[in-house]
Amino acid sequence: MTDRFCVHCGQAYDGSGHAECRNPRTALEPPRYCPQCARRMVVQVTPSGWQARCSRHGEATSADAPAPG
Amino acid sequence: MTAVADETTTEADILAVAREQVLERGEGLSERQVLDVLRLADDRVPELLALAHEVRMRWCGPEVEVEGIVSLKTGGCPEDCHFCSQSGRFPTPVRSAWLDIPGLVKAAAETAATGATEFCIVAAVRGPDARLLSQVRDGIKAIRESGNDIQIACSLGMLTQEQVDELVEMGVHRYNHNLETARSHFPNVVTTHTWEERWETLRMVREAGMEVCCGGILGMGETDEQRAEFAVQLAELDPHEVPMNFLIPQPGTPYESYDVIEGKDALRLVAAFRLAMPRTMLRFAGGRELTLGDLGAEQGMLGGINAIIVGNYLTNLGRPAEQDLEMLSGLKMPIKALSETI
Ligand code: SF4
Ligand SMILES: [Zn+2]
Ligand SMILES: [Zn+2]
Repeated sequence: MTDRFCVHCGQAYDGSGHAECRNPRTALEPPRYCPQCARRMVVQVTPSGWQARCSRHGEATSADAPAPG
Repeated sequence: MTAVADETTTEADILAVAREQVLERGEGLSERQVLDVLRLADDRVPELLALAHEVRMRWCGPEVEVEGIVSLKTGGCPEDCHFCSQSGRFPTPVRSAWLDIPGLVKAAAETAATGATEFCIVAAVRGPDARLLSQVRDGIKAIRESGNDIQIACSLGMLTQEQVDELVEMGVHRYNHNLETARSHFPNVVTTHTWEERWETLRMVREAGMEVCCGGILGMGETDEQRAEFAVQLAELDPHEVPMNFLIPQPGTPYESYDVIEGKDALRLVAAFRLAMPRTMLRFAGGRELTLGDLGAEQGMLGGINAIIVGNYLTNLGRPAEQDLEMLSGLKMPIKALSETI
């Protein structure tokens, strides 16, 4: 499904704009907001990846998705 | 100010002085001398880096210590370190998280698989409570039971003497506690505890026989004078290791709109710190990817750095460990082996 919210700022996102969320710094950030509901996720960074859990939409990991840019 | 300018221009060239004092005699630069290095013209930076590299090779050797780190307890910290996305006092997107023991064992295994000899367990706390220390104890036991003999370091904030003793007894061989910045700048960065309180923890750690790991973050609005001050304060502490971080401005923190330090200034700082501390392990830590990129990382390895954190950091991602290992092999710098560190 298409993501509705930006994982870096939690605001509505339709795939365009959000220049401040798509830069060299955010390329080194795991997702922080659920792309489906914009809830802040519980994120665990590990030496080789990350897991991000939304209380409503479950867990996403770096193995499922490349680090968001 | 003219007097200062005259003094620098009439005195012997700082790199010539450093060559004799630091490279030949192994004596670190003074605060004034570090400041002269930080003020060298841009066109002298390659010469500075080359000298810092010679100093590192002469006094530390070609080996590079590789380390991985993991956050055992993330976020929700009561302190107000203005750079930190894990402070509960700022509206950052980082939520509290605890890593469970299987997760910790897996993180240690991933780290060991890179050839790293150090694994640092970190928690976002003012200091550890009984629950955290028992999690660390169980975690270390589980890592050992998994057959992983990587050396274990901890970074759990400020300690009491009893907690220091407990960590020693658990087999923690090194403790990280950063002074973060120059003493004169610290009150601008942190108001919930003092530089002196941090120093006290470091003193107890050293006296208990653990290796001291203490560095900081550059790019937090400190002046060049304060950078030089910090370098000599660290030299005075004489830690086993100094991790050098460069600020990553974190959304929601007071420093969110600070500029990232420029690559050439980051390299200049690496070399200056090496010349202030010829024998200390100097580690590339957070922020190098953003500040220096791939090319700059290599220049840093040839400019005084002799240790790196590979893989991800606590809340930020790093570049893949393989990329750093390839870089080291390209530079013909051997990775320090576990047998040599015990
Ligand atoms: S004590 Fe550590 S975790 Fe807490 S705010 Fe300061 S730097 Fe962040
Ligand atoms: Zn956004
Ligand atoms: Zn959700």
